[in-house]
Amino acid sequence: MLGWPYWKKNSSWRIALEKFHDALIIGSGMAGLRAAVELAQETSVAVVSKVFPTRSHSGAAQGGITAALGNEEEDHWEWHMFDTVKGSDYLADQDAVEIMVRDAPRAILELEHMGVPFSRNHRGLIAQRAFGGHTRDFGKAPVKRACYASDRTGRVIVDTLYEQCLKMGVVFYPEFLLLDLIFQKQRCVGAWLLDISRGEALRVWAKSVLIATGGAGRLFRTTSNCFGNTGDGLAVVLCHGIPLQDMEFVQFHPTGLRGVGILLSEAARGEGGVLRNGLGERFMARYAPQILDLAPRDIVSRAILKEIREGRGVEGQPYVHLDLTGLGEKRIKERLWEVASFARIYGGVDASLEPIPVEPTCHYFMGGIPTDPDGRVLGDGKQSPVQGLFAAGECACVSVHGANRLGCNSLLDLVVFGRRAAKAMAECIKEAPDLPPQDMGEPHKPERLQKLLQARGPETVPGIRQDLQGLLMDHCSVFRDEKGLLAALEGVLELQQRFTRLGLGGGGRSFDLEVVEALELEHMLVVARVVVESALCRKESRGAHFREDHPQRNDALFLKHTLVFYDGQEVRIDWKPVKITRFPPKERTY
Amino acid sequence: MLVTLRVFRLDPTRESEPHYDEFSMEAKPWERILDCLNRVRWEQDPSLAFRSSCGHGICGSDGMLINGVCGLACQRLVKEYPEGLITLEPLPNFQVIRDLVVDLDPFYQKYEKVKPYLITGEQAPERERLQSPSEREVYDEAIRCILCACCTAACPITPKQSEFLGPAALLRAFRYLFDSRDQASRERMEILDREQGIWGCKGHGLCTRVCPKEIDVRKWLGRTKKRLHDARIAAGSQQELSTDTGGQGPA
Repeated sequence: MLGWPYWKKNSSWRIALEKFHDALIIGSGMAGLRAAVELAQETSVAVVSKVFPTRSHSGAAQGGITAALGNEEEDHWEWHMFDTVKGSDYLADQDAVEIMVRDAPRAILELEHMGVPFSRNHRGLIAQRAFGGHTRDFGKAPVKRACYASDRTGRVIVDTLYEQCLKMGVVFYPEFLLLDLIFQKQRCVGAWLLDISRGEALRVWAKSVLIATGGAGRLFRTTSNCFGNTGDGLAVVLCHGIPLQDMEFVQFHPTGLRGVGILLSEAARGEGGVLRNGLGERFMARYAPQILDLAPRDIVSRAILKEIREGRGVEGQPYVHLDLTGLGEKRIKERLWEVASFARIYGGVDASLEPIPVEPTCHYFMGGIPTDPDGRVLGDGKQSPVQGLFAAGECACVSVHGANRLGCNSLLDLVVFGRRAAKAMAECIKEAPDLPPQDMGEPHKPERLQKLLQARGPETVPGIRQDLQGLLMDHCSVFRDEKGLLAALEGVLELQQRFTRLGLGGGGRSFDLEVVEALELEHMLVVARVVVESALCRKESRGAHFREDHPQRNDALFLKHTLVFYDGQEVRIDWKPVKITRFPPKERTY
Repeated sequence: MLVTLRVFRLDPTRESEPHYDEFSMEAKPWERILDCLNRVRWEQDPSLAFRSSCGHGICGSDGMLINGVCGLACQRLVKEYPEGLITLEPLPNFQVIRDLVVDLDPFYQKYEKVKPYLITGEQAPERERLQSPSEREVYDEAIRCILCACCTAACPITPKQSEFLGPAALLRAFRYLFDSRDQASRERMEILDREQGIWGCKGHGLCTRVCPKEIDVRKWLGRTKKRLHDARIAAGSQQELSTDTGGQGPA
C-alpha cells in the first residue's frame, strides 16, 4: 500500500504531516523487508526507502543463499559454521555464526513457503550449487550449499518479501532519505526523513526503529553497488555517539566486469567457470591449490591483482579473464542468464564463446553498527543496548562475517537477523512509552538540511565525491599500507573542509537530486573517515584488510574487533574481544 | 563520439507546458545513456530529475522513452545511437512528477490487484513444497520481470482504457497462476476473467518488443488466456468456472 499522494502543487520546503507507527524500518532491502513481514503480524509497521522497495540493492544479489540443506550432497551446519569462521579469518563472533548457520535451513524453507521460486533439482527439492569457501568435512573439498533461483536469487527474494508485505498491509514511504534519528531521554523515538518526491522534511515517531540501510560501496570508484549505497544509516548512527565496528574490512568481489564494476556472480565459478591470466593459465592453482577458483573472495581478489602486478594481466592490461566457454550455451542460459546478459550488454562479449574481462570491484562492508544477535544496537559497541534502536543487514555488524564474508552468507544474514531483530522489536514495542501527542507544533527541521539549502559556496557535490572515490580506491582498497592510508586520511579531512564550502542551486522542490546527493556525500565523508582510521590502526593483515607493510595476521595483538567513535571532530578507537566458541584460530589456507 | 541528449523538461508545480533542453557531451561508445544523464546533472544542469539505482538492469528504476522506445537508460549504450541525437522523455501513460520522473502509483496499485503472492490453504509442510524442474520452468522467464513499467507504458491499450491491468501486472498474475504450489487458481482467474483483466490484452506485442529482460510477455499472457478459455469450456459442462487445478496449466 503506497499510502500517500505523489506530489502536491506548490510544494515547498515545509513540514509535512507527522506520522506515527509502532515500528519504523529504515531501508527496504532484504533485511528491512524480512523484519517488516515479521512485525506486521501484530503491529503497525512503516518501511522507509530511498527507492521503491523492489529497487533496493539486495535485488542485485545473483548467486544464492546458503544453508546446509543437504539437497545435493551431504552437508552439516557444523561444516557451514567452520567455513564461515575460517572464511572470516577468525574474526567472526562464533556464537552469532552458530545462530545463523543453525537457523539457515529453517530460514530457507520459510522463504520457499512464502513463494520464493527457487530453482529445483530432479527430486523437486531446492537446487544447490557450489560457492567460494564453502566446503565439506571442514575444508576437504567444495560442497554445494548455495540455494539459488537461476542467477537472480536476490531479486526474487526481495520481490517475494515485498509481496508478503503487501499482503500484510505494511505501510511504505518510498523515496524518502534518512536525515536524522530522534532521541528522547536516550531512547530512539523516530526519525527525520527527506521526502524526495515532494521536497519536504517529514518527522516519523515510532516505538522502535530498525536501521537497515545497507552498505557504502559508493565510497569507491569501482563498485558493484547501486548509486544509493552511501552509508546513510552508518553515518547517522555514528554522529549520535554510537561506534561502528570493524569498518576496515571492505570486501572486493573478484569478478566485476572490467571498467564498469558490474557484478558477475561467483555462481559463474560455482558452475564451473575459471579465471585465466594473460597467458591463459588457470592461475588460482598457485594461490588455493585445493579449491582453486572457489577460494574465498579476499584471496581471489588479491590473486588477480598480483597476477596483474607481475605482468600477467590480459594483453598487459589491468584485468584477467573469467572463462565460461566450457559450460555450454544451455547451462549458461539456464543458470547464468543475467551474467551472460551483463557480459553481452556492457562488455560486448558472448560468454558462451569468449572469456569475459574482469577486475575486482568494491562489493560489501563486513563492518557496521555493532549489535547483539537480536539486532539491538550496542551504544558502547560492547554490551549496552540503545533503547528502541535496532540494526540488521549489511549496515549492521553482529559479526558473522568477520574480516571476510563468504558468498551467499549475506542473504542468509539478512533473513536470519532481520527476523530476529523484528522479534526483539516486538518485545520493545510492548514496553515502550506512548508516542508523543499528535499536535507537537512546528518542530525545527534538521539543521543540516537548512544549511545545505542555503549553501552557496564554490565547491560542488560531484567534485568532492569524485575526489573521495579516487582517494579510497587508490589508498584503501585491496592493498593498503601506512603511507597510503595517511594520505587517504589527510585527503578525507581536506574533503570534509571542502564540504563546508559547498554550493547548491537553491533547491526546494520535488526530486531535487542535488540536495539528495549532498546529504549522501556528507554521509560518505563520515564513513570514509572511519574506514581509513580503522584501517590505519589495524597493523596486520586479516581477511579483506591486507597491509603490505604488515603482511601477516597477528593474533597476539589483533584478534579483536575494532570500534570507532566519532564526535564530529575527532575519531577514537576502542577494541573488544572476539567470541571464540568452537574453532580456535589456525593458519588459513585453501 | 559527440552525443546530444534532447531531454523532456517539466515541473508541473511551476509550468503548465513541457519543453525540451539539449545537452551535448563527448562520450565513449560503450557508455550508458544513464552515464550521460548523470554527467548532465553533475556537469551541466544539477536540476535535471530522473530515477536510477543499480545501473545495470536489475532494479528497474530508470525506465524512460528513448528515441520513442520504452527502455532502461542503463541498458542502452550510446553506440546504439550513431546519429548522436538521443531524445529522452518520461514513460508514456503515466503522470509526470518532474522531468523524466513519473508517478508509478497506478502501476503499483494494479500490480497489487492481482494478489501477487503465493496463496495456499494448507499448513506449511516441514520441508519445502516439492516442485519439479519442469513445473518450475513454466514461469522461469516471468520471474525475470523487474517491474520497470516499460511494457505497461508501451502498451497501446492503457490510454484507451485506464482500468486495464496492463502487461506487468498480468505477467505477475501468470507467474502465480502457473506456480504449481499455488492453490488459488479460481480466485486468480476471477480477477483476470474480464475486459480490464486478461481480455483487455489484444496481443499487440509491444510489451514483448520493449521488455528489457527479453521476456516474451505476449506469449505468457496468451498462455493465461488459454487457461481461462479452457476453464470456461470446462465450466460450460460443469456449470462452474473451474475446479482448482493447483497451477497445472495446459501444456
